[in-house]
Amino acid sequence: MGRTLAGKIWDAHVVRSAEGEPDLLYIDLHLVHEVTSPQAFDGLRMAGRSVRRPDLTVATEDHNVPTAGITGPDMPLRGPTSPLTDPVSRVQVETLRKNCADFGIRLYPMGDAGQGIVHVISPQQGLTQPGMTIVCGDSHTSTHGAFGALAFGVGTSEVGHVLATQTLPQARPRDMAVNVTGELPYGVTAKDLILAVIARIGTGGGTGHVIEYRGDAIAGLSMDGRMTICNMSIEAGARAGLIAPDETTFGYLQGRPHAPQGAAWDEALAYWRSLPTDPGAVFDREVTLDAGALTPFVTWGTNPAQAAPLGSAVPDPAAMADPAERATAERALAYMDLAPGTALTDVAVDTVFVGSCTNGRLEDLRAAAEVLRGRKVADGVRMLVVPGSMAVKAAAEAEGLAEVFTAAGAQWRSAGCSMCLGMNPDTMAPGERSASTSNRNFEGRQGDGARTHLVSPQVAAATAVTGRLTAPAGL
Amino acid sequence: MEPFTTHTGRGVSLRRSNVDTDQIIPSEYLKRVSRAGFGEGLFATWRADPGFVLNQPAARGATILAAGPDFGIGSSRQHAVWALADYGFRAVISARFGDIFYNNAIQEGLLPVVLPADAVTALQDAIEADPAQRITVDLAGREVRAEGAAGQPPLLTAALQIDDYTRWRLMEGLDDVSLTLRHADDITSYERGRPGWLPLSG
Repeated sequence: MGRTLAGKIWDAHVVRSAEGEPDLLYIDLHLVHEVTSPQAFDGLRMAGRSVRRPDLTVATEDHNVPTAGITGPDMPLRGPTSPLTDPVSRVQVETLRKNCADFGIRLYPMGDAGQGIVHVISPQQGLTQPGMTIVCGDSHTSTHGAFGALAFGVGTSEVGHVLATQTLPQARPRDMAVNVTGELPYGVTAKDLILAVIARIGTGGGTGHVIEYRGDAIAGLSMDGRMTICNMSIEAGARAGLIAPDETTFGYLQGRPHAPQGAAWDEALAYWRSLPTDPGAVFDREVTLDAGALTPFVTWGTNPAQAAPLGSAVPDPAAMADPAERATAERALAYMDLAPGTALTDVAVDTVFVGSCTNGRLEDLRAAAEVLRGRKVADGVRMLVVPGSMAVKAAAEAEGLAEVFTAAGAQWRSAGCSMCLGMNPDTMAPGERSASTSNRNFEGRQGDGARTHLVSPQVAAATAVTGRLTAPAGL
Repeated sequence: MEPFTTHTGRGVSLRRSNVDTDQIIPSEYLKRVSRAGFGEGLFATWRADPGFVLNQPAARGATILAAGPDFGIGSSRQHAVWALADYGFRAVISARFGDIFYNNAIQEGLLPVVLPADAVTALQDAIEADPAQRITVDLAGREVRAEGAAGQPPLLTAALQIDDYTRWRLMEGLDDVSLTLRHADDITSYERGRPGWLPLSG
């Protein structure tokens, strides 16, 4: 019987397997950021341990850093000219810098040309490659699965475990296939597709499984699109999400700073080509969607599965058969201040956020700019465009995208997680409502009492123009 | 880590499903660099409402949380576990947990107890009927019980689902790193065989 892609990667990384115990897996790349690492490094110090493989560890500052006032590298952390004004955030950033210096870990600090959201910088640099195991203390680590890597998020204790041993004991997950047949219609993006998948399988639908996304519609996506899909696998409860590496993947990687070169490239390529799921392999669960039937999708509620086609209306909880689902929907609509039956295209917003590890890459910015070109952000709408990395920022500026955003009346920022979770000053006030290209619409995510609608970059840009949830076709 | 064999305490019934870790501990608290003091942030936004279940006098001193399904979904923040443990909970009971939350909880000895949905509901009913109801989470015996009056049989018994290895590790109070380092030679041998094209961070 054949093996799945995830199964092949798993088998190739087992350091030790014993009856009745979780497998011990080797970790090829450990990504670190300032929020989930301080207590892990302290744990190392208290136990007198060092980092086993600093050369397989990369750190960045992304969650806490401001996106305004960054004028270049070596920004001061203290004093009147520092853009970092929150003293608690400052301590966390300083702590990461001290930890990286003490333990010999490569760090991309605020303002550095290589800095950005952890799941944006690693693929850009060619650090994320097919067949690797990649972990980070962040649930959106699943993003790297777009390259055919087994990548998953962990908590702080496990961050400490990887730092100390470069391994993790893990229970082997089951395999789930999400088959997407056909072709995405014009105007329907990877973001709409993954929102539709999550709505279909639910926030717990992937629990205990690794999802492999398969089918023509998936193969037709660019790497940026595949990263959007894999990024949100966690919102369906999955341990990880992967897409088989192919010519699109290899074409993206070739020539990147950390990608293999010369004879090493040829060797790696031969190995990568052996990774896709074998024809006879069996998945524990399969779900199939027809891409051709999809339309732009948005969330209406307070978890990513509470989503619907933009052309439809806010659902009526009274029509939901399951009492738990009904209660959750009632609660969500009360928090979101939405009445059942309201057309989603009538929902007015005051904030638009384009960015995040889901949709903060160059293609996402191009897509948003294309909608905004020659148009203006509506009165009463605040729009922030936050590139996922300083490299994306530089590329967007070189292409003239930044000018499109500022000419339209949007704010063009530096790189960071920003308004996705409002740990930096980019937050919303109670009662404000956003169209956001990020990945979570939980209560209070973007600020206490803030209301979030998850959308694609194209919908975000069109929404900024009209002030209501809008698809580009609706302009 | 303190070993967990069995624990008896009072429960809190949280009749909500899809409780994500942003609700368990808001992002603002994630800026802290220590492990201590997260209890004050537990369900911080919900606790601002005087009617919230944790604000009821009967909830004071409760050590077991019985929640709706899909508890702990969303962000990987282990701070959610620290908040629950620091507040005083020893176990959380639900029909299904977010995978990362489950793994984080078993690192710390906060026991995530998976029970069938109808057993969770029955426990919630029992707690709401009598907040003084004693609940036992018996990891050794793989059982959860709503205890009866002294000398009486339990009102309710349900089988606790957990894999053998995790159960053993929690009962012994062993942390993963020291267990892994027993196999340091295996790690070194594996490293010798890794392909040369794999990237380095430098």
